Amino acid sequence: MTNIQETHSWTTRRDHKRKQLRSVGELTKGRIIPTENIVAVLEKLIASGDKVALEGNNQKQASFLSMALAELDATKVHGLHMIMSAIARPEHLDIFEKGIAQKLDFSFAGAQSLRMAQMIEDGLIEVGAIHTYLELYARLFIDLTPNVALIAADKADANGNLYTGPNTEDTPAIIEATAFRDGIVIVQVNEIVDELPRVDIPGSWVDFIVQADKPYQLEALFTRDPRSITEIQILMAMMTIRGIYERHEVISLNHGVGFNTAAIELLLPTYGESLGLKGKICRNWALNPHPTMIPAIESGWVESVHCFGGEVGMEKYMAARPDVFFTGRDGSMRSNRAFCQMAGQYAVDLFIGSTLQMDGDGNSSTVTSGRLAGFGGAPNMGHDPGGRRHGTPAWLNMITGDSAIQRGRKLVVQVVETFQQGNKPVFVESLDAIEVAQAAKLPIAPVMIYGNDVTHVVTEEGIAYLYKARSLEERREALAAVAGVTTLGMNISHKQRRILRENGLVALPEDLGVKRTEAKRSLLAAKSIDELVEWSDGLYTPPAKFRSW
Amino acid sequence: METLTFNYKGTKQLPQRAHVGVVGSGDLEVLLEPAAHGSEVIVRTRFDGYGAIWQEILDRFFAIHDIKARIEINDFGATPGMVSMRLLQAVEVSYDEQNEK
Repeated sequence: MTNIQETHSWTTRRDHKRKQLRSVGELTKGRIIPTENIVAVLEKLIASGDKVALEGNNQKQASFLSMALAELDATKVHGLHMIMSAIARPEHLDIFEKGIAQKLDFSFAGAQSLRMAQMIEDGLIEVGAIHTYLELYARLFIDLTPNVALIAADKADANGNLYTGPNTEDTPAIIEATAFRDGIVIVQVNEIVDELPRVDIPGSWVDFIVQADKPYQLEALFTRDPRSITEIQILMAMMTIRGIYERHEVISLNHGVGFNTAAIELLLPTYGESLGLKGKICRNWALNPHPTMIPAIESGWVESVHCFGGEVGMEKYMAARPDVFFTGRDGSMRSNRAFCQMAGQYAVDLFIGSTLQMDGDGNSSTVTSGRLAGFGGAPNMGHDPGGRRHGTPAWLNMITGDSAIQRGRKLVVQVVETFQQGNKPVFVESLDAIEVAQAAKLPIAPVMIYGNDVTHVVTEEGIAYLYKARSLEERREALAAVAGVTTLGMNISHKQRRILRENGLVALPEDLGVKRTEAKRSLLAAKSIDELVEWSDGLYTPPAKFRSW
Repeated sequence: METLTFNYKGTKQLPQRAHVGVVGSGDLEVLLEPAAHGSEVIVRTRFDGYGAIWQEILDRFFAIHDIKARIEINDFGATPGMVSMRLLQAVEVSYDEQNEK
C-alpha cells in the first residue's frame, strides 16, 4: 500500500507564483525592488517560456524594465512569449535576437516596422498574430493571459497603489488579466511617494514596484503642426464637414491621427461656424488629446472627449477643462485605451482616417514592401459592429433600403489624396499587403480596413458615397470616379461620373457648394503651434520639438 | 528642368485671367489667360520624365472644361491631385472675377 496518491492540483499557478516570489526574498525589500537589483530579480521572477506582457503602449513605454529585460542571461531565461500593444523601442526587438524572447503577439510596430519585417523574414521572431488593440486586450482574458506583466506608472505608494494619471492607457487591462490569474505584476515608477494624487490601480493587484533610474519614455504622437497642413488637405476637410458631417448629422466620432483630421479639427470654429453647425455636429469624441482640438473646444463645440492615452504638453489644459475631459478627483485626466477603443467601436457615429494604399474595392492598408507596421486601433474603429443596436441620426441615415428588418451603419470614412508625394498613386490595382503577407508568412493579407466596411471615401476630387452603392460594381465605379488620374481612376468615363453624381453616389466640391479657392490656410482657426498656445491661454505647453521659440 | 507643351481645341470663352498657387515645394503656379483660338499649355517643371502624367491630367481637365485659354504652369513637384486642384481653382477665379464686375 503506497502513500503516494495522485491528486489533481487546482492551484498550480498560485503555487508557482508563491515559489517565484520566495526566490527573490533576499533581493527585495518587501514589495520594493531596489533599482540596482532589477536584472537579478527579473531573472528569478520570469521563467523560460512565460507569457510576458510589456508596456509597449502607444505613447507610454516601460523603458527601464524593457532595457533590464534585454540584459537577462538567455541561458537562464529564454523562449519568452511577448504580448505587446506596440513595438516601439530597439530593445523590444533585441530580446528576440538574443534568444530571450521567441514568440510575439502584438498590434502596432510603427517605429520599428522596417526591422520587424526584416527579423520576421530572417526567422528571428515567431509572430503569433498581428491584432487590433482591443482584440489583443480581449485575448489577455482568454488565451494570452500573462504570467508576468511589466508596467510603467507615474507614482506608487509604499502599499503598491499606483497613480498612472493621463497616461493610464493600457495599464488597467493588462494588470487585471495578470493579477487575477496569479500572474506577477512588476511596475516601474518615476517616484515612490507617501500619498498619491489618486489611486488608479489598487496595491493588492501589484506585486512589485521599482523606482526607475529615469522617468518612463513618453512620446508626443498626436501633435500636428498646423503649419504643415496643405491647401489640398483643407479642401478635403471642407468637403468632409459639408458632405458628411453636416449631411449625416455626425454627433459622436473618432478622428484617426493625421494632418487630414487636424485640418478638420481646425476648420470647425471657422468653416463649420460659417455653416451654422456648432452644437449640431461633433459634440462627443473618442480621441487622443489632439492639441489641434483646442480651438474647437474653446469655441464651445465640444461636450466630451474620452482619451485612449495622454499627449505630452496637454496635461495642464485638460486639467483646466474637466467639463470636457475625463478627470479624477485630483484634477488630472485619466485615459483608458481599452474603454476608449470600446467606445470607438460601439458608441460613435463615425470613424475617419487616412491610409497609404487603397484598391478598387476600397480595401486599404498601410503595409508597404519591407515594412510591417501592424494595425493599432484602426481596424476596430474602422468597422461596422454587428452588435450595435441603438440608433442615432447618423447611424440611421445609412439605411438605404425599405425592408422591415434593417440595420443602420457606423460611418467609416477614408480620406486620401489620389497621389502621395513623388507621384506615388494611392489607388492601386492590388495592395502591397498581399505580397508582404507572403514574404512574412502571415495567414492573411494585413488589410487595415476592409472595403465593405467603408461608407465614404474623400479625395481631392470629391466624395464617393459608397454606402449608397446597390452592387459591388457600382461601388467600384463610385470609387474610381474620385480616383483622379490613377490607373483605377482612368477606368471611368466622364459620362459614367455624371450619372453617378446625378444618382448621389459621387459629389464633387461644386456639388457640395465648396469652392476650391476658399481652401486657404487662412481658414484654419490656428495656423501654428504658437496660435494653439494662445487659444489655450498658455495652458498648452508644447514639447521642445514643436516649439519655435 | 523640363518644358512641355500641349495643345487642345476649345470652345468656351473664359471671362478673365487668373493666377493661383506658388512655386513652392510640392506646389505649382497656374497662370491662365483667355485666348481667341484653342488652348496652349506650357508646363515648366522641376521634375523630368512625367510627360505622360501631365498629358493625362490635362486631357481630363480639357475634356471637362472645354475652354480656350493660354495656360502657363510653373511646377515644383506637385502631385497630380494638386495640379488638378490648381487648374480648377484657376477656372473658378476666372469666373469669379467676372462676377465681381
